[in-house]
Amino acid sequence: MDILNMMMGQGVVSTLADQLHNLFMLLFDNAVVAGFLMKCVGIGAILGIISVAAIVFTYGERKVCAFMQVRIGPNRVGGRFGLLQPIADMLKLMSKEDIIPQGCDRVVWALGPMLLFVPTALIYAFFPFDNGVALADVNVGIFLMLAISSQAVLPFLISGYASNSKYAFIGGMRTVAQMLSYEAPMVFSLLGVVMLSGSMRMSDIVNAQSEQLWFILMQPIAFVVFVISATAETNRVPFDLVEGEAEIVAGPFAEYSGMRWALFFLAEYANLLSVSILTTVFFLGGWNGPFLPGVVWFGLKVLAMVFVFMWFRWTFPRTRIDQMLAFSWKILLPLALVNVLFTGVGIYARQWM
Amino acid sequence: MPKTETYTLSMGPQHPSTHGVLQVRLDLDGENILKATPYMGYLHRGIEKLLESRTYIQGVPYTDRLDYVSSMNNNLGYCRAVEELAQIEVPERAEYIRVIVAELNRIASHLVFIGSLANDLGAVTGMIYAFRDREKILDLFDLVCGARMTFHYIRVGGVSADLPPEFAAKCDEFLKIVPEFMQEYEDILTGNEILQHRLHGTSPMTKEQALSHNMTGPNIRAVGIPFDIRKVDGYGLYPKFEFDVPVGENGDNWDRYRVRYQEIYESAKIIRQALDGLPEGDIMAKFPKVLRPPKGEVFSRTEGTRGELGFYIVSDGSTKPYRVHIRRPSFINLQGLDDMCRGMLIGDSVAAFSAIDPLMGEVDC
Repeated sequence: MDILNMMMGQGVVSTLADQLHNLFMLLFDNAVVAGFLMKCVGIGAILGIISVAAIVFTYGERKVCAFMQVRIGPNRVGGRFGLLQPIADMLKLMSKEDIIPQGCDRVVWALGPMLLFVPTALIYAFFPFDNGVALADVNVGIFLMLAISSQAVLPFLISGYASNSKYAFIGGMRTVAQMLSYEAPMVFSLLGVVMLSGSMRMSDIVNAQSEQLWFILMQPIAFVVFVISATAETNRVPFDLVEGEAEIVAGPFAEYSGMRWALFFLAEYANLLSVSILTTVFFLGGWNGPFLPGVVWFGLKVLAMVFVFMWFRWTFPRTRIDQMLAFSWKILLPLALVNVLFTGVGIYARQWM
Repeated sequence: MPKTETYTLSMGPQHPSTHGVLQVRLDLDGENILKATPYMGYLHRGIEKLLESRTYIQGVPYTDRLDYVSSMNNNLGYCRAVEELAQIEVPERAEYIRVIVAELNRIASHLVFIGSLANDLGAVTGMIYAFRDREKILDLFDLVCGARMTFHYIRVGGVSADLPPEFAAKCDEFLKIVPEFMQEYEDILTGNEILQHRLHGTSPMTKEQALSHNMTGPNIRAVGIPFDIRKVDGYGLYPKFEFDVPVGENGDNWDRYRVRYQEIYESAKIIRQALDGLPEGDIMAKFPKVLRPPKGEVFSRTEGTRGELGFYIVSDGSTKPYRVHIRRPSFINLQGLDDMCRGMLIGDSVAAFSAIDPLMGEVDC
């Protein structure tokens, strides 16, 4: 019972981590080695989360899509619910021929999907999965996260450029326009959150929400702006102009096949997970919640957000490039700025009262 | 000033949204379309020539393959032309059945239009919904003639089989759910602001442009000209039925969408009236097994789902037509693509293409 209480208080994951750390101390009797090993375990865990998420989300996306479209979805491989479908998909992708298009810039072309995965995975370091569980809980977490995630533009552009295909190139150019313009409202919507919590450290933001209200209630406009711009950042419908299946076939991915394409796919789902985590951390109170352990609450909220993003994808049509950019600069950005203004006024007013 | 260059993008023949095998060469300046040139012929099967080497009656199944989404209307067009040529009087019951199946097929075809428009605009779910409801019509056709596509049901002189006894009830059931599923599209597609932004004001056409391209069908009605051959010529039983010809105002993609949307209701109205007035009687005219129409020529036009479907047949008095020419509405409507795309963006070209609603089987013939 004691252990349970302790786990509830401190969080399951950090208790486990502490015990693992003690084990390493016992084995090696060296704080530096144990610390290094703990970091390795953390990195492994994050990569594991991303891979598992990709597997679960491929299945989940197909089932959610089927649910939206009054279909059944995967139901052949692995029983009535098609539970082994992601494995079958993976086998299919791995056994595919690796086609290298003629006239492409081979080095850059091959680098594209790998480079895309780097910023996508790197920002997981800052996420607080539970109380005290973050690989690097730095004090400029939001800033660093935004800086790193904006690097994801480049791999899209270089793979679009290096493919030597016009569809891919148009897709690459669209990525730049889209991601850069949605970065701005996203940052400004987060500014309100930072102003309320007074910190850029992600765990502080979650703690601030347990002291005050969840920020979805205090910052509803910021929440809406953030979710919309996050959808655009992850290139999902209604902002999937980068892929734009009906127009530019698959955009930057058009010339990739097999595992190279699977890397794009992996990055897409890792992005989906990371924006869901960010929404949870900034607006839905992170790991806070009654009765259940923090990490469970965290997971539930994240999955709910993932479902919302999938819901968008299977409901909306695609926007057009000019409308999408106009929406960002003319509607979302002013809205986010107004939100920042009113948040500031509100904070001042509260201090006066 | 940075130097800019125009470039050419070849859309198709293998492209997700060219509805078959069509190549559109887009001359682009960035994302702006300067010129769109459709190149067709990838699906050419020489149907006109094939019809000339078969007897009149053997020709009917080939017309199924023209516009394979609305085969009934093609059967009807061809059979009407042959009947006019050979002066065959079609029994009234057969005429009623023809109207019922042709209008059912019009609904099915317009559902495919709504579905593929939604798909091309990125709303995959909208497509599935439209195709789900089209299934019900295909099931009805299955009941009537045993086939879900390429029916070969309407024959020269009548129809191949009488309606099965349960058809009336099943068709009635379908007509009852028409407003229901139409409301669903209204909710998921029409009411969606993104879709409205994509369709309002894109690819507008003036009346003069549409007329100069000789556009017909929903495309000409979208610019505001109420040209419907069912009304203009009043062929078959259509003068007996009450229905409206929905027209658009601005001739943009939105109007093209709405016109077809309304036409589904109008077709349902016609089917309802035809079902109620269905007389008893023969379903096949009596005429010699070996059909030898007298020397002469005929041009017979009907309102296909995509526009004016005309069959020009020259007879030399033998069992086979001497010459057949088909006026394919898709082919002629497609000529408007350039006018519709100029000054638009790449995304609009897909919407414009969908809004014309050409079917490559008919375009290439």
